[in-house]
Amino acid sequence: MEINEIYIKLKSVFGDGIGELKTDLPVRPFLFVDASKIDAVALFLRDEESLQFDNLSCLSGVDYDKDNLAVVYHLCSYSLGHQLVVKCLVPKQDPKIKSVADVWAAAEWHEREAFDLVGMIFEGNPDLRRILLPEDWEGHPLRKDYKVPEFYNGMKIPY
Amino acid sequence: MGILNKLDNSVEQFESGNIIITSMDKLLNWSRLSSMWQMFFGLACCAIEMMATSASHYDLDRFGIIPRPSPRHVDIILISGTVTLKMATRIKRLYDEMPAPKYILSMGSCANCGGPYWEHGYHVLKGIDRIIPVDVYVPGCPPRPEALLEGLIKLQERIRNQSLAKHTA
Ligand code: SF4
Repeated sequence: MEINEIYIKLKSVFGDGIGELKTDLPVRPFLFVDASKIDAVALFLRDEESLQFDNLSCLSGVDYDKDNLAVVYHLCSYSLGHQLVVKCLVPKQDPKIKSVADVWAAAEWHEREAFDLVGMIFEGNPDLRRILLPEDWEGHPLRKDYKVPEFYNGMKIPY
Repeated sequence: MGILNKLDNSVEQFESGNIIITSMDKLLNWSRLSSMWQMFFGLACCAIEMMATSASHYDLDRFGIIPRPSPRHVDIILISGTVTLKMATRIKRLYDEMPAPKYILSMGSCANCGGPYWEHGYHVLKGIDRIIPVDVYVPGCPPRPEALLEGLIKLQERIRNQSLAKHTA
């Protein structure tokens, strides 16, 4: 399916839950989805006969702009050969979003990474712990306002 | 005989017998520097060069350097790559578990001073010498196998000049 057809299909089912489609940037076309709807949209994308997005190639957490974090989902379908990029904006004040780990099992560790590095909280992820940084690390270092601490466990960090 | 050449002119051999006389220091140092067993681990891209050095073309075996899987068995650690703070905690612990005498060779810019992560590496220790003492630094990003070999030969020289009576390390 072409990206426009996918967009129209999603819009007809979820209405306002689906935001803008952007095709004019020099990156893969992407569309915004309302963060509160992401679990339903994800399930639909996977199970709908004409979409069959059976593979989550990547899930990333992004410090998006002044007020928002974002989760970016890169999807593709092995059986139908099409791709889709979905973005969800989540306010920095309360960075909570539903987990899609029960839709695509691959999401589980990706969500842990996004939690670890930008501090996104995925509700429903079965094991939301840090995955890369040490367990006793403080803060989320890929946030733009992150300040590198002087010391970690007695080891000086700055050069 | 090989050992006589290695222990140089301080060795005396009696004409007829199987007796040689040398100093304890020479004998100990010679045996230590000829069997520097290495901790079996690598950290980042430098580890690839270390593996290349271990493989048949450069052949670390001929220096008596063989990898061992336990800190209780080893004499040296080659810090071969980027030391993250999470890894640093573990390296410190492994170092503490090694029996003395123990030696550290810091390989590559990352282990020496943080390398390409010196400025923005919130997760990187800027030099392994911040947590454990280093005997030899090998510069490079990554150092070629020849450079690593030179570093190891420098370490052998260091061991050759140790003394039981005088603490040098
Ligand atoms: S010094 Fe260079 S080659 Fe070695 S681990 Fe660091 S970045 Fe990699």
